[in-house]
Amino acid sequence: MREDRSPILELQGITKSFGGVEALRGVDFALSPGEIHGLVGENGAGKSTLMKIIAGVHTEFSGRFLIDGQETHFRSARDAHSAGIAMVHQELSVAPDLTVAENVFLGNQPTNRLGLVQWRRMAREAGEQLARFGIDVDPMSRLGDLPIGLQQLIEIARVLFSGARIVILDEPTSALSPPEVERLFATLRRLREEGTAIVFISHFIEDILRVSDTVTVFRNGRKVAETASAATSKGALIEAMIGRGGEALEHSYSDDLMLPQPSDSSVVLKVNQLSLARSLKDISFEARAGEVLGIYGFMGCGQQELSRILFGKLKPDGGTLAVEGKPKTFASTAAARRAGVALVPESRRAMLFHQEPVYKNISISILDRISALLLKPAQERDIAKRQVEQLQIRPPVVGLDLGMLSGGNQQKVALAKWLTYPPKLLVLCEPTRGMDVGAKNDVINIVRDLRAKGLAIIVLSTEPETVLSLADRILVLKRGALVREFTNEPVSKDRLLEAA
Amino acid sequence: MASSDTALAAGQRARGLAPFLRSQMRNIAPFLTLIFLSGFFALASPSFATLDNLGNILTQVSVTGIIAVGLTFVILCAEIDLSIASIANVTGIAVAYFTLQESYVNIPNIPLPGAAAILLAILLCALLGLVNALGLTVIGIPSFIMTLAMMQIAAGISALLVRGQIAYKVPGVITTLGSGSIGGIPWIVIVAAIMLLGGHLVLTYTRFGRYVYMVGGNREAAEYSGLNVKLILGAVMVISAVCSGIGGMLGVAHFGSAQQNEFDTYLLDSIAAVVVGGTSLFGGRGGIGNTIVGLFVLGVLNNGLDHVNIDSFLKILIRGLILLAALVINVYAQRLREKAVE
Repeated sequence: MREDRSPILELQGITKSFGGVEALRGVDFALSPGEIHGLVGENGAGKSTLMKIIAGVHTEFSGRFLIDGQETHFRSARDAHSAGIAMVHQELSVAPDLTVAENVFLGNQPTNRLGLVQWRRMAREAGEQLARFGIDVDPMSRLGDLPIGLQQLIEIARVLFSGARIVILDEPTSALSPPEVERLFATLRRLREEGTAIVFISHFIEDILRVSDTVTVFRNGRKVAETASAATSKGALIEAMIGRGGEALEHSYSDDLMLPQPSDSSVVLKVNQLSLARSLKDISFEARAGEVLGIYGFMGCGQQELSRILFGKLKPDGGTLAVEGKPKTFASTAAARRAGVALVPESRRAMLFHQEPVYKNISISILDRISALLLKPAQERDIAKRQVEQLQIRPPVVGLDLGMLSGGNQQKVALAKWLTYPPKLLVLCEPTRGMDVGAKNDVINIVRDLRAKGLAIIVLSTEPETVLSLADRILVLKRGALVREFTNEPVSKDRLLEAA
Repeated sequence: MASSDTALAAGQRARGLAPFLRSQMRNIAPFLTLIFLSGFFALASPSFATLDNLGNILTQVSVTGIIAVGLTFVILCAEIDLSIASIANVTGIAVAYFTLQESYVNIPNIPLPGAAAILLAILLCALLGLVNALGLTVIGIPSFIMTLAMMQIAAGISALLVRGQIAYKVPGVITTLGSGSIGGIPWIVIVAAIMLLGGHLVLTYTRFGRYVYMVGGNREAAEYSGLNVKLILGAVMVISAVCSGIGGMLGVAHFGSAQQNEFDTYLLDSIAAVVVGGTSLFGGRGGIGNTIVGLFVLGVLNNGLDHVNIDSFLKILIRGLILLAALVINVYAQRLREKAVE
């Protein structure tokens, strides 16, 4: 299809580096009108960087950038917008307190000569646009009252109908239900007929294969493959994404790894039929003492919600939790902590006090164990010193403000908070994200030590390596449902990706 | 392990004096303001820098000081309490309401023994604080709005109790603490000093005090550390109301009367004392020490302006400008500190 049309967008030899690290290395990329172009690759492979260059977010890079055959250089996202390029980011960027119509027309509401907003016209046109998309909602209802998937569809609809010639969709289907995905795909196909060029980034390879004409695979900042979708398969794409051979410095987990026999130690946590609105559906599993349970899934698969429910931060709509056989409904995080559950969330900022010294950060969760009324700062410091030594936190100065530590060391402090009086169940979200190899290995060793001490540990991650390096048993979470359990069998990165 | 602490000190020295001073801006600026104001008034008026006048200043800031103790807890948690003056007023009126008045006071009140009157008054302010606490934590009304409503509710109760009249009598012990003195030192100054000291000890040396700072420093992190954030926020609202109530009772004894709108200026004064002293409006930084400096800045300013020949209407404007300057410093100090840490 693309041979007979000249490309609307052409990139040649694009190289982009962030502080000396090359995120893109000599990438060529072309997009034709009436084409849906799928983009796959692991986190950090360079997909998003390339798209941000196209959308005018990153303006510093080397290489040639042509639109309609004309060499162009965007200075801002606004330039890209006026050139007819629009992007839907993975995170929702809607105004939940405004009406559906206002969201559809955000930034260019129809006005009369006095500059007053023409509400009736806006509502009518918004309704018509959404109807073309198969969405039937009252344009004057508050957007935030609608389900998340519908909000996402409305945001996508806004961009698709903004008149853009090039539309970039980053992970558009992760929050959508299957019928909503169908609606989205029908609209994408119709826009393709009308000559719009669409870039579709997704971890869901099936979705890519179903809707796109061409697929490009990225790995380590390079384009490693570009094929017609009809001529490839999920397995082939996964293989291209991960790569075979010694290119990666780290253990690549591309070969099969044998998971151990299921543990028969005591059940620490029993989760039964847990559900939460659109995020989680009928989740049931057990976590056992001395076992690391890995839960793998793509971004937005419900991992975050699950971890928050286990720690009493979110209340489930249905289902039960039992800790060591006793049913629990956590009214607060304090209740969860008292029941012996600990959580390290994916964001360090969410659990650390950057302007307080390290020792106060370490002692905060156990203060009630070491002091009834009066603080015992000397004891706090001793405890902190022991943790700092054991976890090799650098610099080993417990009086230093936490904000002075590097990210990896901060992550260790976040773990250290829970280790003086170990909990029964430790829930870790993305425990090694953004760490260098050394810090990653440290964390892996800490987790293994804790397992040996008999803790039940749950590791939730969107990175297959993290789960594979830590877990004894692996559950795969897909769009809020558990779809696969790996136990006592060989597992590898492609098998995980295949299941998710 | 003294070595690591020395290393820390060395590290801070190596980073230089300027960043250290910048990170301490919130404590230094109020002190400089105080020294500057004191110096200015001492030069401008011979009657300012006297021991007698120091006693005046201390007495003048005592009621504000008592109220500001509780408010410091609230602001450290990054919340606000706008009902402090109203609660002080209603508690002062309540304690008079339960005391036998002279026959010419035309209020249909309920005379009780002094201890009962004091107990009921304290219960009343604690209850109002509890309503603030429940509104903030259980229902989720922002403290700014919740305590605005409480300001009106407490004023309403005051109005119903005194019905436009003035009561004069309060229980004997309150009269002594509010207007008596011992060895030349007014009791009210001693009470204020004890309460400020108590507040400082609680904030610095107790587990609860640590929780207050941590909740104020990063509420989300406090929750992810398994603290009962709502309980802590609720507690500071009750503490604030009870401190206000005590300030109100002693204030009524100090002024010699209990009537509607008697404490209106104390809302702004108390907030000003806490914030001028350098306690961060964003929570987690500051303390009673800062509040004491703030009280002195305010006290010196109010008192000093009386000693110099200045248009009394202009005084109001000057106080407003000083408060604005303090707010600017407060916000900048926060930014400087964040920069020093990151």
